[in-house]
Amino acid sequence: MALSPRTLAVSACVIALGLVPLAAAVLDEPFYIDLFRRIMIFAIAALSLDLVLGYGGMVSFGHAAYLGVGAYAVGVLAYHGVDNGYLQWAVAILASALIALVIGAVSIRTSGVYFIMITLAFTQMLYYLGISIEEYGGDDGMRLATLSQFAGVIDLGDATAFYYLVLGILALFLLLGHRIVNARFGMVIRAARSNEGRALAIGFSPYRYKLAAFVIAGAMGGVAGALLVNHTAYLTPEFMHWTRSGEIMFMVILGGMGTLIGPVVGALVLLLLEDMLSAWTVHWQIILGPFLVLVVLFAKRGLVGLLPDGAGRG
Amino acid sequence: MLLVLEQALNGLQYGVTLFLMAAGLTLVFGIMNLVNLAHGSLYMVGAYLATTFYQWTGSFLAGVALALAATLGLGILLEIVALRTLYERDHLDQVLATFGLILFFNELVAILWGRAALYTSLPAWLGGHVPVLPGVRYPVYRAVVIVVGLAVAVLLWGLVARTRLGMLIRAGASNRTMVAALGVNIRLLYTLVFGLGAALAGLAGLMAGPIYAVQPGMGEQILIQVFVVIVIGGIGSIRGALVAAIIVGMVDTLGRAFLKPTLATFLSPSAADSAGPALASMLIYLLMAVVLLFRPQGLFPVRAR
Repeated sequence: MALSPRTLAVSACVIALGLVPLAAAVLDEPFYIDLFRRIMIFAIAALSLDLVLGYGGMVSFGHAAYLGVGAYAVGVLAYHGVDNGYLQWAVAILASALIALVIGAVSIRTSGVYFIMITLAFTQMLYYLGISIEEYGGDDGMRLATLSQFAGVIDLGDATAFYYLVLGILALFLLLGHRIVNARFGMVIRAARSNEGRALAIGFSPYRYKLAAFVIAGAMGGVAGALLVNHTAYLTPEFMHWTRSGEIMFMVILGGMGTLIGPVVGALVLLLLEDMLSAWTVHWQIILGPFLVLVVLFAKRGLVGLLPDGAGRG
Repeated sequence: MLLVLEQALNGLQYGVTLFLMAAGLTLVFGIMNLVNLAHGSLYMVGAYLATTFYQWTGSFLAGVALALAATLGLGILLEIVALRTLYERDHLDQVLATFGLILFFNELVAILWGRAALYTSLPAWLGGHVPVLPGVRYPVYRAVVIVVGLAVAVLLWGLVARTRLGMLIRAGASNRTMVAALGVNIRLLYTLVFGLGAALAGLAGLMAGPIYAVQPGMGEQILIQVFVVIVIGGIGSIRGALVAAIIVGMVDTLGRAFLKPTLATFLSPSAADSAGPALASMLIYLLMAVVLLFRPQGLFPVRAR
């Protein structure tokens, strides 16, 4: 099998990320493990959004909801003394899939700007719900009682082990994403994006397929949330804040939507940029904001779109 | 019972504030087909400018007038510099670019005024209470907000339904290519409409300033509720925006005030304590979901696009 430029780019990216802990050890900068672990967690979130946004053409402005639900599932269980990681993460996946099913069932009935506003509003509803539950920290959030325990298989307290777990999940989701978008299911989703009327005419009901994609993306977002809460060891409604949804969406666009590598590149570039700018000035958003505007106006296809043809699409 | 009346008036006051925001946003969407997330930033800027101008001039009314003029100017500038190029883009691009503008404005405000919330004191003539029914007194300022909001609603209706500019606005909303072909300067019309929407947002912000805290990010809190209003009312419909704004304002305010005591009558006090505020904060979103289940295009759908 000849390797396409796209597969090569994805593999190179994964391998490069695999070398980060080594580089961090050589440079004696353990901070990088932390930074890149965070980046990969957001890459997972962005990748899951891209299934909906890039392939499905559904402009969901509420992807932080699933990050939040996954995080709360783990955090709330840990608070009540359930620290079994397998159980926690299974609950996180199921809960975020369920929430995605509910939000999707209502919002996919609409389209265009209604869809954007509704997904945003539902996420904000969950955010306010998180704020109003005093038992779980309310506005301030709360410390994660214990990290998820995996009975000796992996210790999330070990920064490097946790790093490779996140990388492994990212690689798995890239593979999974590749299988999904190239399967019959993915073809229907993409067909519905290009022309919903024709998809209907050849006998598919796009609503169910779109809803299924929405739920899968929600579940993947929930995994990112479970990882994120273990990463920060802190649970806060801020995970679901609408600016978080905007950031994740921007990662997809910046990297290149409708590609698998795009969201990963986007997360990498955006978070590194944020890291650099915030080290330079506390008012880094005044630079980031206009930067976003310029990217939207002038680099529509994202960074991956700058690669030679064939590497970008897929 | 008196408390119910007072909270209902508060709901009405919040509703007209939502309407001022929703009217501008829905006009801009209906005519230019632009999703403008930065509408909340104009609300925030209006509140900050009014506070500052009031301090400079010492006159509340002068502060209001200057802030209105300034948000109108800022809206026109924003349209010319950044948003004009977005009309032809898809909604995703508009959302992202205006999201970038929000980050910019929030940070700009934080640099100019600091991150701490500002509080305005009202002039004496707006400070007291006014009797609305025998034995019921209501803050003068909130009453003024209600009156101004409703007056603007009437003016806006007059503008859209009875003037030549309004006719062009309606024509532009139903078929802009045709309007342009008839020799109307559509660019100028767009800029004017955007400026009008900006001034309405500024008005909502400057009136909200003395009631709520003036701080960076204040615009987005209300913006998302305004989205709920527009989705319920039907995008592009000013009448829908008015009706939905009053409904959402009432439901939100009354829910926050009375849900907990109502729940406490048939739940245990501790359960009501935790469920009440949580449910109250979700109420308008649940309302939106129910409306969408039965009327996906909102209560007052706009037919032609």
